[in-house]
Amino acid sequence: MAYQAALLALADPTRRRVFEKLRRGPLSVGKIAAGMPVSRPAVSQHLGVLKKAGLVGDSTQGTRRVYYIDPNGLAAIRIWLDQFWDTALSSFQAEFAKEKEAE
Amino acid sequence: MISVAPVRKQVLVSASPPRAFAVFTAEMSRWWPATHSITKSPLKRYVLEPRVGGRWYAVGEDGESCETGYVIEWQPPQLLVLAWQLNGEWQYDPKLVTEVEVRFVAEGENATRVELQHRNLERMADAAQRVRGMVDAPGGWSAILQAFKKSADT
Repeated sequence: MAYQAALLALADPTRRRVFEKLRRGPLSVGKIAAGMPVSRPAVSQHLGVLKKAGLVGDSTQGTRRVYYIDPNGLAAIRIWLDQFWDTALSSFQAEFAKEKEAE
Repeated sequence: MISVAPVRKQVLVSASPPRAFAVFTAEMSRWWPATHSITKSPLKRYVLEPRVGGRWYAVGEDGESCETGYVIEWQPPQLLVLAWQLNGEWQYDPKLVTEVEVRFVAEGENATRVELQHRNLERMADAAQRVRGMVDAPGGWSAILQAFKKSADT
C-alpha cells in the first residue's frame, strides 16, 4: 500500500528534515541542502526516495529544478476511501430495493 | 498547507428523505458492509447516537465495541455530518477528525439523492506526521505500526 511506503520513507530522520524543509514552499536541492549536515548528492538521493513514495514532486523553474510537497501524496488513502464509500453506498442503496421486494 | 481533494459520492434511493435518513442512521447495521468492520469478531451492530455529540461505534458479536467517531451535525432529514476518526490502518485515533457530510435531497415523489463527501483527508497526513515524530530511529515497518497503535491508544 502506497500509504505505508510514504510512512516508511519518512521514518528516516534526515529524510524527514528534507521533507519538512518543503513545508513552506518549493525549494531547489541547493536550498534544501544548505544548513544540513549531509552532502547535496545525499539530499538528492533522499528527494528521490520521497518522490518514489509520492510525497514530493519536482518541476523546472527556468534553469533550476525545484521540489515541492505533492498534495496527492495521500492518493493511496484517498483511493482506499473512494472505493470504500462506493461499496458502502451501493449496499445502502440495495437496502431500499430489498424493502420494495418485501412489500 | 497540504490539502487532499475530498471523496465525493452520490446515490439515488427509492425512498423519501426522512426514510433515507432513518435507514442511513438508525438502521446502519442493516447495510454497512460487513467486510468493512473495525471489530475483531463479526459486526453485530453499528450504532449512531441520534444527536449532536452522539457516539458512532461498532459492536462485535463477542461484545467488544470500537469507536468510529461522533455526530457533528444532526439535521434530519436533510443533513448529517459525522466525524470519521479512523486512520489508514482502520485504527481509531481520538486526535484525528476527518468529516463525512451526508446530504439527503428529495428527487420527486419517492426518491432521494444522497450526496456524501468525505473531507479533511489531509489531516490523516498530520496524524502520520505525529506518529513519525515518535519513531525516531530508522525502524522497520513493524516499529511504525507499533507507533500507530500507541497513538490510537492514547
